[in-house]
Amino acid sequence: MAERSPATRRTLWLVLSLVFAFLYIPIAVLVALSFNQGGLPTVWSGFSLKWYASLVGNAAILSAALNTLIVALVSTAIATLLGTLLAIGVEIRRQYGSGLEALIFAPMIIPDIVLAIALLSFFSLLDFTLGLHTIILAHVVFNLAFVCSVVRARLKSFDWSIVEASADLGASALTTFRRVTLPVILPAVVAGALLAFTLSVDEFIIAFFTSGAGRASTTLPMQIYSMIRFGITPEINALATIVMAVSITALTLSQRLNRGVIGQ
Amino acid sequence: MSEPRTLLAIDKVSKNFGRVTAVDRISLEIRENEFFALLGPSGCGKTTLLRMLAGFETPNHGRILLDGHDIARTPPNKRPVNLMFQSYALFPHMSVRANVSYGLEMERLPAKEIRSRVDAILATTELIPFADRKPEQLSGGQKQRVALARALVKRPRLLLLDEPLGALDRKLRGAMQLELKRLQHEVGITFVIVTHDQEESLVMADRMAVLRDGKLLQCDTPHAVYEHPADRFVADFIGVMNFVPGKATADGVKAADGTRIVGTVPSPLASGAAAVASVRPERIRLFPSPETANRIAGTVEALAYHGLDLQLHVRTALSPKPFLVRVTADAADRRPVSSGDAVELGWDAADVRIFAD
Amino acid sequence: MVSQIRLRSSLLMAPALAWLTALMVVPCALVLALAFFRRGIYGGIEYTFTLENFGLVFDPLYAGIFLNSARIAGTATLIAVVIGYAAAYAIAAAPRRLQPVFLFFAVLPFWSNYLIRTYAWIVLLNREGLITQLLRWFGYTGEPPSMLYTEGAVIAGLVYNYLPFVILACYAPLSRLNPELAEASRDLGASAMTTFRRVILPLTVPGIAAGAVFVFVLSIGNFVTPALLGGGRFQMIGNLVYDQFLTANDWPFGAALAMALIAIMLLVLTAQALAADRAAGRAAEAKGGADG
Repeated sequence: MAERSPATRRTLWLVLSLVFAFLYIPIAVLVALSFNQGGLPTVWSGFSLKWYASLVGNAAILSAALNTLIVALVSTAIATLLGTLLAIGVEIRRQYGSGLEALIFAPMIIPDIVLAIALLSFFSLLDFTLGLHTIILAHVVFNLAFVCSVVRARLKSFDWSIVEASADLGASALTTFRRVTLPVILPAVVAGALLAFTLSVDEFIIAFFTSGAGRASTTLPMQIYSMIRFGITPEINALATIVMAVSITALTLSQRLNRGVIGQ
Repeated sequence: MSEPRTLLAIDKVSKNFGRVTAVDRISLEIRENEFFALLGPSGCGKTTLLRMLAGFETPNHGRILLDGHDIARTPPNKRPVNLMFQSYALFPHMSVRANVSYGLEMERLPAKEIRSRVDAILATTELIPFADRKPEQLSGGQKQRVALARALVKRPRLLLLDEPLGALDRKLRGAMQLELKRLQHEVGITFVIVTHDQEESLVMADRMAVLRDGKLLQCDTPHAVYEHPADRFVADFIGVMNFVPGKATADGVKAADGTRIVGTVPSPLASGAAAVASVRPERIRLFPSPETANRIAGTVEALAYHGLDLQLHVRTALSPKPFLVRVTADAADRRPVSSGDAVELGWDAADVRIFAD
Repeated sequence: MVSQIRLRSSLLMAPALAWLTALMVVPCALVLALAFFRRGIYGGIEYTFTLENFGLVFDPLYAGIFLNSARIAGTATLIAVVIGYAAAYAIAAAPRRLQPVFLFFAVLPFWSNYLIRTYAWIVLLNREGLITQLLRWFGYTGEPPSMLYTEGAVIAGLVYNYLPFVILACYAPLSRLNPELAEASRDLGASAMTTFRRVILPLTVPGIAAGAVFVFVLSIGNFVTPALLGGGRFQMIGNLVYDQFLTANDWPFGAALAMALIAIMLLVLTAQALAADRAAGRAAEAKGGADG
């Protein structure tokens, strides 16, 4: 952009500093307080790891974490397969109706609460037993849409002539997919999978509605929600710090693999 | 010398996409070890024809005979024909060596043979120093050579090249034209090149086909196409041509102002029909001798040096556009002209080509 | 060849489309159908056709909650757009090599857990939270201000959660803006302010609109933020739907509310799409005029 006066530049840097302060102070406070020795969740009284230690001993949290891991892994695996195939199908056809576009786009914008009650009504109409499996079925819905959009973004710049080149050099359709198409789009597929994994780990409302009663299928966000409703404790701070660290690591990785994905 | 053998026969091939006919009943033969060019403006059907030869499109009608066998419906991975893509289509995740080996791996050849054949072709194309690089680390010219090596290493019966020099800059293009000729000679494979650049086909091709709107207009050697174009479009498309519109007479064309251009009138052209006489710029002489068949007065409007020769724009009463005249620098030195000078242009009846207009 | 491609692409798309149909389209259609039934006496559903549920949506009590939700979502959208645009502008004005870094860190919080980001505001705003302590540190001795469980807290939470998206949406057109346009405007005698108003702002409106629509749509259907930061006292549509399904056990009415929510959302999205189309049409016309 054009040369700016020092005053303008100072203003712009001030804006940036304020925005970043707004974005990061709440998180920073949370993380700092997770290392707080005292029992008061918001008053600093010295460094300690005891809240992390107490998490390790909390059976409810551990089982919720395990449930979340199962849901996230399984739903990510299914969504990655389905979403990638969908993306390739849509992009090789190129001319697609807006109806199809809307159908693929819908899971990303439909309010969680609406999808949650819709699935609850659907499962109860069919007399489906609720549990981890129904959460997985539900999570695949939005996960596959996100995987599809990440892979499609990569396919937009994909040079389809390399697929023809592979056929021209004697490869079958399957060999071409295995040796040319998949390796080239793999970073986007992995990035999509990591994104799906993060979304699934974090998702609360849909899981809440489709998990059924009972502890057996409580996921980590559901556990966190009920803990927050119960009151703020230093334990939540520690748990929150761990969950954030996991999500942020997964996303940083995904971003590295596929530059600009988060910008989609 | 024995009659060259026909390698590929295209027999009344048509292809339409919906209502658009991209290729319209084209028949032509390509000979063994030939450098053949498919030339035409964009949209003429040359790329569609090439893609049918490669197997990416199936003709609606007609046959494509390779060594006498119809391959029109053979999938691309099952024909001994390889294509060098316009975008080069190098596999971005593979090294140069891996790209070149790929096609041989598909033939399930022993690793040892693959290695030696790849080494040989990398040497021929001077790519040994770049063997371990990825495509993104190569220049345009190097990528082009990799694409060529990748197709050549399979020793196809026929190598198709889709605008192979289109992505290169002007200077490199000149060098690569000669390089391609040399390689073709060295490997002894039949090349079919698609191009919209008439100069390129004149320089490289043994024979060429000129296409327009899906139809074949002319198929012959560059020399024959240049000297004896089949129609007005070919005459205009290949090289530079001066046109004089008028009416056909028994021995030439009568221009609107009454001037008669003497030349041989092709037989189907009736006297009085709309016709156009044409002559190449290099066939026109300044200040011709009095016995020259066609002479005409004009005024020099502009001149430009092109190293060896001098190009003049000469305004005459014959045609709305000025005449383009090319004289050698020697001739120009002997009798200098400058802008605004009155000159006389002359050319022989044998250099005149007459077409229906 | 073409029909082969169609067949192959259909096979590739089939599993995903089947999944979306079975677990999104059909359940949503079911909710729509549910909205036309009656609530049974002991909860449950009585399968007789009625329009009562939709009538109830327009009952002053519930219509008030819709309006309230729209107001809260609207306010949050406005604030997020102002802050987000300023931030995007500042990022686009930063040195080229720093821009991706700033952008990455602006978006990073967006991808951490929504509940936790909301919880962070409870930690800040509660009676013994950071803000109260800061006030004490500056010598304030009175009652701690009540900030949590207010409409302001809900708005702050929504702005905080969706700001990164606005920054992204506004940054895209700002970074693509040809700097020579602003220079040309200055060269033709416009002040910096006029240049911004007449040149930069109009060219970046699509980004602002996309960001605003996103924030509004996600805010108006939100459940977690009003539940945690509003403390149940500031009900929004999302909470109302939740209550009908899990507390009041009136599924038909909950379904009608959900459909009303979807209708509002579709309305906003359609309006934006139409506006974008018109803008694109104008641009094409202007271009055609220049070419012709």
